[in-house]
Amino acid sequence: MIELINVSKTFKVSRRNAGLKEAFTSLFRRNYTYIQALRNVSFRINDGEMVGYIGPNGAGKSTTIKIMSGILYPDSGECIIDGLVPYKHRREHVRNIGVVFGQRSQLWWDVPVIDSFELLRDIYDVDEHVYRRNLEELIELLDLKEIIRTPARQLSLGQRMRCEIAASFLHNPRILFLDEPTIGLDAVSKLAVRDFIRKMNQEKKTTVILTTHDMQDIEALTERILLIGRGQILLDGSISELKTRNSRMKKITLQYDKGQFSLSDGISLVSQVNGQAVFQVDTSVISVREAIEQLSKNADIKDLSVTGASIDEIVVSLYEELKL
Amino acid sequence: MKKYLSFFRIRFINGLQYRAAAYAGVATQFAWGFMEILLFRAFYRDNPYSFPMEFSQLVSYVWLQQAFLALYMLWFYDNEIFMTIISGNAAYELARPMDLYNMWFTKNLAVRLSRAALRCMPILLVAVFLPEPYGISPPVSLFGFFMFAVSMVLALCCLVALSMLVYISAFYTLSPWGIRIVAAVLTEFLTGAIIPLPFFPEKILKILSLTPFASIQDLPLRIYSGNIAGREMLWRILIQIIWTVVLVLTGRLWMAKALKKVVVQGG
Repeated sequence: MIELINVSKTFKVSRRNAGLKEAFTSLFRRNYTYIQALRNVSFRINDGEMVGYIGPNGAGKSTTIKIMSGILYPDSGECIIDGLVPYKHRREHVRNIGVVFGQRSQLWWDVPVIDSFELLRDIYDVDEHVYRRNLEELIELLDLKEIIRTPARQLSLGQRMRCEIAASFLHNPRILFLDEPTIGLDAVSKLAVRDFIRKMNQEKKTTVILTTHDMQDIEALTERILLIGRGQILLDGSISELKTRNSRMKKITLQYDKGQFSLSDGISLVSQVNGQAVFQVDTSVISVREAIEQLSKNADIKDLSVTGASIDEIVVSLYEELKL
Repeated sequence: MKKYLSFFRIRFINGLQYRAAAYAGVATQFAWGFMEILLFRAFYRDNPYSFPMEFSQLVSYVWLQQAFLALYMLWFYDNEIFMTIISGNAAYELARPMDLYNMWFTKNLAVRLSRAALRCMPILLVAVFLPEPYGISPPVSLFGFFMFAVSMVLALCCLVALSMLVYISAFYTLSPWGIRIVAAVLTEFLTGAIIPLPFFPEKILKILSLTPFASIQDLPLRIYSGNIAGREMLWRILIQIIWTVVLVLTGRLWMAKALKKVVVQGG
């Protein structure tokens, strides 16, 4: 179980304006500003949960992950994971966790990936038998057969990320921290990575904490989300909760041959191009059924779909609502 | 222990890949060694008795120094460690169940040994077959050779412990170049890489031999040629051990302190 109680962290940042004079002055006197990356963050995550940790850039996501993985000391507050304080018992703690920092690499650049894996096996003291089994499973699930004999520098980003994720699973971690694992990946790799994470969560009951800006990741993977902004937890709940909160608006997309649409109260036209029209329906004014009836009166409709607001849109509106 | 060994292995294998750099290094070391020996030869011709070492001892000193340059030059830094700190990749290293000091110490040993492994053989081979008095002399005694080997290992540990201080300083400065260069130039001079230490003025030499600098390459190289032997040798090896321990402890304490305030760079 992961528990954070009133965790705060401040960073000192040196700042100066552009220009030679400013640069010269700063040789003697520096201006520092203090940035509060986290203020009184508290939450609790149970074993086997899969949690999406979202928030705009600079909100404090990575800082939280680094505190939870024992890399940073918080200024105040407490963080206890499975009975250990990560930054105090760093070595015992990190044995049980896996981390993937999407923007960094844990593979040795010049040697085949399999060499990096074997090094990790030794670093984590993984039993040879367990290692073989894990490796085989990972190779199959992530389709790594050919890749692992290639040096990391010659892999594509998608291939490398699959290896990075495999690398963090070799020692059967109980908790996995993923810091933007799908950053920069194409659709196919993203799907592969998501499938894999979901499978691991379900089969091995690995607790997964995932930060990302990709709302599809969140939608595909997590039940629960934590929204952080300006160092504070702003929302802690399930995606469906978040969606119902914002479900008043529906979107109706129509493909049509010919005809005219008659709008009424609660229906507004968003776009209309090449035989496709998108309407927004305010369900507090008019029900979806009524809206469809209304729209299909004078038009020959070939195809129709009704969607709620996408999670992206919800998050943007949340950011606006909470003034992030 | 096993984890540090495999860590050593992968770094060592990794280091063996840079063959072109090694060939270039060997060529440079030959040129430098010859120049140095010829220069001293000119001085010795003038008056062979006014020098603190016999010419043959000096020649051995220079060739061994050139052959094992990668072991004892502070400026053979492991750039990867600096990059790890500056770019914030230290985050991954800290997420491993390993002691960071030991990990980097091992890494340094591996890098230096792999570089030396590629470089030392050609130089030693040629130096052995060079005609008198330009070639390397055989060791003075079996015991002397054994003590030379012991002192070589200690010297390497001492230097790596010293270089660890430079790496750790990067946590604070983030631009390690200043300290890197100052430390490299200073140690190069004080360890006898430019002029062998026996050629220093006596008083300075006396003080210097109590510092960690004299415990690095100077000691094993002089033990090899018999320039230091007997009780003085044992005394100097004791100093070498003490400095190695002191430097390691200092580094460990400093690193523990640095990690408490460490800011992992770059988001």
